[in-house]
Amino acid sequence: MDLSNEQLLAMHRSMVRIRLFEETAGKLMETGKMPGFLHLYVGQEAVAVGTCEALRLDDYITSTHRGHGHLVAKGGRLDEMMAELMGKATGSCGGKGGSMHINDLRLNMLGANGIVGAGVPIAVGAGFRNKFLGSDQVSVAFFGDASTNIGAFHEAANMACALHLPVVFVCEHNRYGEYTPTDRAMVVADIVDRAAGYGMPGVIVDGMDVVAVHEAVTEAVDRARRGEGPSLVEAKTYRFYNHHGIQNLGLKYRPDEEVLAWKARDPIFSFEDRMIDEGRLTRDDFEQVWAEVRATIDAAIDFAESSPFPEPSALLAGVYTESAS
Amino acid sequence: MTERSITYVAAFIEAVKLEMDADPTVFIAGEDVGAHGGVFHTFDGVQAQFGERRAVDTPISEQAIIGLGVGAALTGLRPIVDLMFMDFAMVAADQIVNQAAKLKYMFGGTAKLPLTITTAAGAGLSAAAQHSQSLEAPFCHVPGLKVVFPSNAYDVKGLMASCIQDDNPTMMVLHKRMLGARGVVPEGRYAVPLGVANVTREGTDVTVVSYGRTAVECLTAAETLQAEGISVEVVDLRTLSPLDIDTVLASVAKTHRAVVVHEAVRFGGFGAEVAAQISELGFDLLDAPVGRVAAPFSPVPFSPALESLYVPDAARIAEGLRAAVARPGLGR
Repeated sequence: MDLSNEQLLAMHRSMVRIRLFEETAGKLMETGKMPGFLHLYVGQEAVAVGTCEALRLDDYITSTHRGHGHLVAKGGRLDEMMAELMGKATGSCGGKGGSMHINDLRLNMLGANGIVGAGVPIAVGAGFRNKFLGSDQVSVAFFGDASTNIGAFHEAANMACALHLPVVFVCEHNRYGEYTPTDRAMVVADIVDRAAGYGMPGVIVDGMDVVAVHEAVTEAVDRARRGEGPSLVEAKTYRFYNHHGIQNLGLKYRPDEEVLAWKARDPIFSFEDRMIDEGRLTRDDFEQVWAEVRATIDAAIDFAESSPFPEPSALLAGVYTESAS
Repeated sequence: MTERSITYVAAFIEAVKLEMDADPTVFIAGEDVGAHGGVFHTFDGVQAQFGERRAVDTPISEQAIIGLGVGAALTGLRPIVDLMFMDFAMVAADQIVNQAAKLKYMFGGTAKLPLTITTAAGAGLSAAAQHSQSLEAPFCHVPGLKVVFPSNAYDVKGLMASCIQDDNPTMMVLHKRMLGARGVVPEGRYAVPLGVANVTREGTDVTVVSYGRTAVECLTAAETLQAEGISVEVVDLRTLSPLDIDTVLASVAKTHRAVVVHEAVRFGGFGAEVAAQISELGFDLLDAPVGRVAAPFSPVPFSPALESLYVPDAARIAEGLRAAVARPGLGR
């Protein structure tokens, strides 16, 4: 597969958008400007971006509690996202969902999810819809390694295979389920070993390499579009910050050397170095992207901070949908 | 023209087929719902008429069944997903309570979730404690869901049509022992609106509020008490959430006494909510405390000898009504 320079630059831009959005949000949380929980996606950018760049706008995705990156990669608006994280009326969810329920149905992004593994059956439902309507749209379930120990994942993976649905399961194996190393939570090292149990193909990919993720997911998506059923892509990756918040070093449950070793493989910087080495893109190209995205983030903060909080009347709005009939 | 009498289950199937016929985005999915037509034959003939594409047998995977419905509803279809026994709803509780009920709110009102969950509740078949429960109360406690529990063939057809047409997740609870009960049911499409109770018998001395199978037992009890000179008004709630408290209060304004009846256990049951609302909103109407007749606080027993003690019947309801009437009132 040969990606054009435009595509490569678009992937870079998308990763930078995630990185700066997340680090900005983390700092705002530290200063008390952002309420609630914040699970940062930094370090895993290549997975969301490599996957979403392999999708069409009308393909569906479901996400996790660490979901901002998935929405940004699907094309999410940073101003509305920032406003949502601050609980503002102009936020993606009108301030009703926050970080863990951020979504954009205009982009067929069916939501982050506060329940581990719960997005996976919903992605299967979207896949069912695609097959039911005879559409060639696919749906992608993003989930972590720990999700694969949840019953909902097993049920959904099996059902997708039993009903032969156009679903791609993208596992982000970041080595920890919250604060517990994955090798203490399961005895198989590779999630992909589980794919055979459902009768679907599975492939391991370097989750720090956006091009590799893009290639693996493209193959799985093409297969689903052709009506050949589900597959699983396991991306080996790492979150640079803590499970929650913006601390990265000095954590009791994982050694600093490990964090630093993974940070040395930063998905954005390694991509930049490689593209420059290969003569595809230049340092100037990248600097321009960083500058542009920084300006977008600044504008997003201004938008969010100057936006009003929801009116009291919003409290009960949307509990039920008023039927048109 | 003679009126047509069909069973509760036949009325349910008719609603499913008519709505599927009217709307190509409606489908059914669940364990055994296809060729077999469901363990209670609640989907008999649906696959024969609409094919495997729209009548889908699934694995025994309750979370994934509801998740299939949530994902399909969120993306534009109008699914009916079946949970067979209501006890199994607890296996799928995350997808019902945390996902189906809440997504539209958490998404800031942009999502629509036209999902109907069908299930069968109730004791009386010696099915023991994991296949006999009436678990409506915990689902009524969840904002975002609508809960329907019809007592007769006419209502089940009209309420099922409303559930399917509603843009919110609904739980249609069938009572297992009602499936063969016959009633007069029109042939064509009609809807019984959600959230509207029905006065199924008029009376002046005491109001009895119920739903599902016990709403029918209440009619029998009322007949018994009529012979004793006690006039009972029966309010069949039909929909539990949203609750039509106005119809209940209008009845209590007439009778000044109320008893709430259900088959679920009394403690923390739905009757407690109804009783509390009558007391809060209608305190000055009452001549006696609101009574409750319900199952004792135990799992449903297996042995018929014990199960018959457990399930409230017309005789126990009549006792409860007599007690309510026996309280001295204000003589109004």
